[in-house]
Amino acid sequence: MRITQGTFSYLPDLTDEQTARQVEYALEQGWAVSLEYTDDPHPRNVYWEMWGMPMFDLKDAAGMLGELRECRKAHPDCYIKLNAFDSTRGFETMRMSFIVHRPPVEARYKLRREEGPARLVRYTIERA
Amino acid sequence: MCGSIDLKALLAESGVGEVLDELDRELVGLVPVKTRLREIASLLVVDKARAALGVEGAKPALHMCFTGNPGTGKTTVAMRMAAILHRLGHVRKGHLVAVTRDDLVGQYIGHTAPKTREVLKRAMGGVLFIDEAYYLYRPENERDYGQEAIEILMQVMENQRDDLVVIFAGYKSRMDTFFQSNPGLGSRVAHHIDFPDYSVAELEAIADRMVVGLGLRLSDAARQALGEYLALRRQQANFANARSLRNALDRARLRQARRLLEAGRVDAAMLMTIEAEDIRASRVFDAAQARDTAREGPC
Repeated sequence: MRITQGTFSYLPDLTDEQTARQVEYALEQGWAVSLEYTDDPHPRNVYWEMWGMPMFDLKDAAGMLGELRECRKAHPDCYIKLNAFDSTRGFETMRMSFIVHRPPVEARYKLRREEGPARLVRYTIERA
Repeated sequence: MCGSIDLKALLAESGVGEVLDELDRELVGLVPVKTRLREIASLLVVDKARAALGVEGAKPALHMCFTGNPGTGKTTVAMRMAAILHRLGHVRKGHLVAVTRDDLVGQYIGHTAPKTREVLKRAMGGVLFIDEAYYLYRPENERDYGQEAIEILMQVMENQRDDLVVIFAGYKSRMDTFFQSNPGLGSRVAHHIDFPDYSVAELEAIADRMVVGLGLRLSDAARQALGEYLALRRQQANFANARSLRNALDRARLRQARRLLEAGRVDAAMLMTIEAEDIRASRVFDAAQARDTAREGPC
């Protein structure tokens, strides 16, 4: 199952070159990029591990690509995503976030049905 | 090969000519430095022309080493270098990250690599300027972490030469020993540029620019006094070229301020003018006089 989340989730995975250009755009906007990884890409899991600090003083996408290489080497079996944080007053949030690396064997999820009181059916997604 | 390219037009288009002319105008002396910069600029323009005609070649490695005594303008030129390389399209962003040993080398095992990587990451797309680079290598302590920083630097200088240019700076003799003990590093630095000391005439020309920058002017007598001051100061220990000159001018401003306060009433011309007495009050003259008296012996 191909996990999709965040910006560009409807597109095929971006190549490193395309990622670098997205980062260039983010840097032009004054956003700080950061990398995060996890082995649990459940849509409700918002706590991914940080790969180092957000790159606040980054001037060029080459620096981010270096970090991404390192991160892939250290966690080949994890999902890695790239975030771009906008600190402008009123936004103060991620403006862009997309998956830049996925493990060779992707995580599988299944839909679980639960019978509640009065024939109420509750649905939840859980790891298969 | 078909098609031809007007190199002069290409040079004009890149706007490098302006930067180089500005360098000529604003920096006094430093002839070998300027010559080398022009050569590098020409090389990059020619490379651009080659690329335009479809001849593919690897980008030249432009890592440099600036050697020279203190105050000879190494940092100033490094700043310009970043702008020049940016205009020529060799580096993508054209910013300068200036660091010393403290910014690269960590305090304990495992601290150095992330620290050095962090700095390199910031410098990507621009120029990394490592001042007093020889402190990175401390042969007297074999467990020093400097070596680790050097190895990471070398790796990045080799593999990511498209992404950044590294400039080492320091005193000539100590840089030479540094490169001798790290031959791998020395061979990756293509351009060794030596910054000569300034002559008195050049220092005076620099002084003229400095006072204009400070919104002041030197009276004729003060100019002469400054000439004598520089001639004496140059012979003393710890002479740091333009930096010593700046300090001397700063002290002259202090004395001028005191003199003006004592005078009580001033006009604009007085506020702007540094007089000979402001400069002649310097200890450098006292020291020289003492030496002369000593030489003449007691009488």
